[in-house]
Amino acid sequence: MRSDGTPRAGLGLRLSAALGILFLHVPLALIVLYAFTTEDKSFAFPPPGLTLKWFATAWFDRPDIWPPLWLSLKVAAIATALALVLGTLAAAALHRASFFGKDSLSLLFILPIALPGIITGIALRSAFDIMGIPFSTWTIVLGHATFCIVVVYNNVLARFRRTSGSMIEASMDLGADGFQTFRHVVLPQIATALLAGGMLAFALSFDEVIVTTFTAGQQSTLPIWMLNELIRPRQRPVTNVVAVLVIAVTFLPILLAYYLTRDGEHTAGSGK
Amino acid sequence: MPSAVRFQNVSRHFGTVRAVDDVSLDIAPGEFFAMLGPSGSGKTTCLRLIAGFEQPTAGHIEIFGETAEGLPPYRRAVNTVFQDYALFPHMTVGENVAYGLMIKGVSRAEREARAKQALALIKLAGFEARRPGQLSGGQRQRVALARALVNEPKVLLLDEPLGALDLKLREQMQEELRALQHQLGITFVFVTHDQGEALSMADRVAIFNEGRIVQAGTPADIYERPRSRFVADFVGSSNVMAPEFSRQHGGPTGWVSLRPEAIRVEAPRGKVQPGSADGQIIGLHYQGALTRVVIMADGTRLIAAVPSGSIAFAEGDTARFTWDRAALVPMAAD
Repeated sequence: MRSDGTPRAGLGLRLSAALGILFLHVPLALIVLYAFTTEDKSFAFPPPGLTLKWFATAWFDRPDIWPPLWLSLKVAAIATALALVLGTLAAAALHRASFFGKDSLSLLFILPIALPGIITGIALRSAFDIMGIPFSTWTIVLGHATFCIVVVYNNVLARFRRTSGSMIEASMDLGADGFQTFRHVVLPQIATALLAGGMLAFALSFDEVIVTTFTAGQQSTLPIWMLNELIRPRQRPVTNVVAVLVIAVTFLPILLAYYLTRDGEHTAGSGK
Repeated sequence: MPSAVRFQNVSRHFGTVRAVDDVSLDIAPGEFFAMLGPSGSGKTTCLRLIAGFEQPTAGHIEIFGETAEGLPPYRRAVNTVFQDYALFPHMTVGENVAYGLMIKGVSRAEREARAKQALALIKLAGFEARRPGQLSGGQRQRVALARALVNEPKVLLLDEPLGALDLKLREQMQEELRALQHQLGITFVFVTHDQGEALSMADRVAIFNEGRIVQAGTPADIYERPRSRFVADFVGSSNVMAPEFSRQHGGPTGWVSLRPEAIRVEAPRGKVQPGSADGQIIGLHYQGALTRVVIMADGTRLIAAVPSGSIAFAEGDTARFTWDRAALVPMAAD
């Protein structure tokens, strides 16, 4: 036993932790590195030289980047908004009510995220076909909403389980109607859960490829555009430039959400 | 003047379960009223019917002369102190207490002043900026009380508010609640399963069993003259004598109860007279000022409570219990 009481990880454990970190982050580092390479056909290591010209190319000479980026942002935003509303309502309903078959229904809500994307994709595509719905932004949104709702639902349900049910009654007892109770008591309780669920839903939607392939028709979201770029050997580092931007843009809100929810957990935990 | 709360043949059924079954009661303004019963006896459902969290299946409820059935909780001049306090963890103590006023649209300055007053009333002055998570159980209970009282309810409902506190704190809160109720003159309706608490605090007690009120009256009334075996059993540890036993020992033919304090314990001398019974002592329980002596007499368990200094017996001895016939209280068989 060490006298300071904090056990120290063994050498093997520290080594495998370091390897784990490397395994996760070296590919990311390579993506960033090759955004600066001077060579545009193959990714030889080490890069023959470093340049910033691909950033200029991406910005000025590649108008084909912008429509997929815009579509992806639009789809992710709408799917997240839809998921926040429907996921919260579903969680609230299943938390409060108890009825025969509740567990099965709960499972049905979670199933879309456990189901392989390819199944969801095929199922949606045939459904759209049968109903004669043409492909549009909305068919992509619907495809993404299937799994976005699940992450919001799960987050909010977990929060509801930790929240005392008599709090809602207490609020109504003190004169607040349903809407005021939601605004002053329920929403602050689930706010961080909504934020975390929403961030996750947005991220899942933003990089989704499989379901999108089946529900997008001729439209291209950003991930699909990137996939196509890798097959075409033209100005390859431009793809990396876009990837770097995506990393930068997604990293900041995720960091923010992490700090915000960590704070939330802290105050919730201190209530015990 | 109308009753503070009036139930006329009120029932609340959940499917086939009759949680509250044809209950009628009148609670007078300014009364400290306790609803006492085992869990599942309908007392909490009755409280929720007054608060508006439940609506009656049948019957009529009035609060200060106004029809209450159909009104949601937020339209009733009653407030509740919840068993688990139900404080809002994301608000400070001050915001918790001022919540009802904030909903009513009272200005910030006024509601802060009134919250401060309410906190001072329950001896938590200066706690406004704390979070409920930083308080002890007893302090949270006080905040819950202040949060209800600040709205000046006509009736304050308390759902086992002392259940989660330790014994010493509970006794202290019992006294304070009583004093507070005298000071404010508000009608208090109090739900508890603790008969000691109900008897020591309330002006009047209603005993619930299986969704019905089996007896209502002053604490002395209920304690001294239980009307049924259930009440005698539930309120304190009264001796219950079956008709046969009662007749053999000089009492009436019928179920009777006998308070442990009404029994004298003597050494057996001569023949057993009417109004007495011999039995072997199977338990001697020292409880401070009193000692409870338990004997088995002709298959009936009898308990006497006698001053601790006066005991000259040991377990296994035979003792004679004697009582006055007038101390026997006839009651119903159920």
